Amino acid sequence: MEFFLVTTLNSLSYGLLLFMLSSGLTLIFSMMGVLNFAHASFYMLGAYFAYQTSTYLGFWPALVIAPLAVAFLGALTERYGLRTVHRYGHVAELLFTFGLAYIIEEFVHLLWGRAPVEYKIPEILDFSAFSIFSTQYPAYRVFMMLMSVGMLACLYLVLTRTRIGLIIQASLTHPEMVEALGHNVPSVFMTVFAGGAALAGLAGVIGGNAFVTEPGMAASVGTIVFVVVVFGGMGSLAGAFIASLIIGAVQTFSVAFDYSLATLLTGLGVQLNTESAWYELWKVTIAQAAPVLPYILMVLMLIVRPKGLMGTREG
Amino acid sequence: MLEVKDLHSYYGKSHILHGVHLNVRQGEIVSLLGRNGVGRSTTIKAIMGQVQSSGSVVFKGQELMGQKAYMIARKGLGIVPENRDIFPSLTVRQNLLLGMKGRKESGRWSMEDMYNLFPRLRERAEAPAGVMSGGEQQMLTLCRTLMGDPDLVMIDEPTEGLAPKIVDQVANLFDEIAKRGISILLVEQKLTIALRISQRVYVMGHGQIVFEGTPDDLRANEGVRKEWLEV
Ligand SMILES: Nc1ncnc2c1ncn2[C@@H]1O[C@H](COP(=O)(O)OP(=O)(O)OP(=O)(O)O)[C@@H](O)[C@H]1O
Ligand SMILES: [Mg+2]
Repeated sequence: MEFFLVTTLNSLSYGLLLFMLSSGLTLIFSMMGVLNFAHASFYMLGAYFAYQTSTYLGFWPALVIAPLAVAFLGALTERYGLRTVHRYGHVAELLFTFGLAYIIEEFVHLLWGRAPVEYKIPEILDFSAFSIFSTQYPAYRVFMMLMSVGMLACLYLVLTRTRIGLIIQASLTHPEMVEALGHNVPSVFMTVFAGGAALAGLAGVIGGNAFVTEPGMAASVGTIVFVVVVFGGMGSLAGAFIASLIIGAVQTFSVAFDYSLATLLTGLGVQLNTESAWYELWKVTIAQAAPVLPYILMVLMLIVRPKGLMGTREG
Repeated sequence: MLEVKDLHSYYGKSHILHGVHLNVRQGEIVSLLGRNGVGRSTTIKAIMGQVQSSGSVVFKGQELMGQKAYMIARKGLGIVPENRDIFPSLTVRQNLLLGMKGRKESGRWSMEDMYNLFPRLRERAEAPAGVMSGGEQQMLTLCRTLMGDPDLVMIDEPTEGLAPKIVDQVANLFDEIAKRGISILLVEQKLTIALRISQRVYVMGHGQIVFEGTPDDLRANEGVRKEWLEV
């Protein structure tokens, strides 16, 4: 029970963090029609910028400055990169974002080295918020959840209640018509790209110190976020939300389970020993298989529903 | 007011318009007629800056060629496309709001005018636009463009596939538009409405204008009708 509650809270905070990434990626995908491979690089930059800023100014200024800096880079990327590459088609755009991800990684190597940096959670949040039976639940995790929920509520309100939000929604599906009504669609696209980058950056700021800030973080989180959007259905925010929570839970729970198929089979009365056929496979525990579980889920989803959970687009 | 000269347009490598000339004067209703696929829609999209083109498009004394569509719209040109590009997940009211170029109602039309012209839109104001019938969507597209207060609207086959009763309502709206001093460039295939409401008509064939005159001229000219209009 105790284990279950704590792990549920952990998977919730992780899932919400994934949604901060996958929501931006989804909006950008709906708009451009291609996946932005550099999206998780903005997450990484958010973490490193926050680390750097916090060494001078502390955590709270970093919480504001780092996402803004990442948003600015996002705007530049759209305005001077993707918009130029766009006329050469989707493949060129895809390659561009791919290349950008490598450049950002090398840039991080150069500036901060290959080892993890010491980006710590702020002292003021480094206490236990409450205890569940004997487990002390860290306040920072609670802070992460509140930040994600608050940010996503803002995003929702902006998209559904403001004029610019309506223009964005309409531009995602009918950019040509929106432009013909006199709205500056290119600048709307830049805003969406910058906003998505800012969300990723913010996720980096609050995730970088909860987990780890290192040059490999973009690649590892990037593939998971990719799984999330494919699983949820490309272009669907609701799908991305559900998928983020599911994948978050699968990843968090699976590492904690020490069961294997052998446990199950033995429980069913099957006798197993080292001589049994496929013995190596039976004794792999869920914890050992944890890293591949999200991909297995993704593949299963693609077999059952090629469009993903709530996807509308082909491919 | 609108003067198009030697307009050439391309979709990728295919050359669709081969030197179109036409003009629309202040307060005038002008129809652009022709069979399917002759390039009528392409012409108005090219004027709106949505198709790669060359030539000259002068509107209220300013050259529009090469400008972005949103800049052209802000100069007072409106388009109502043939595919009824409503925003389906937004409500009827939100669709109308996005027709406005700024936050406030200004110019010739208010939300109230639209609701009075088409009471149906008031009834469905808070419903998602995507669930409305084809005719209702057509009205919404027209009203949405008018909310942007254009001085000239280009309307692409507004009565295509509509019930006769709704066609009458749309024709009433044209009278209302003309009364407020707005010019109309109407793309049509059916002659009946076009000949009734237009001051002048152009007939297109194969990416060029093949006839220009008054509705009476066209009625009298059986040769042009046979060759370029009737199927
Ligand atoms: N997006 C496009 N890409 C390539 N070719 C196009 C495109 N749109 C139209 N065309 C071609 O351009 C030509 C003119 O099309 P246009 O839509 O202007 O015709 P139209 O006169 O409006 O007729 P209708 O609306 O009845 O089809 C057609 O041959 C059509 O196949
Ligand atoms: Mg057409």
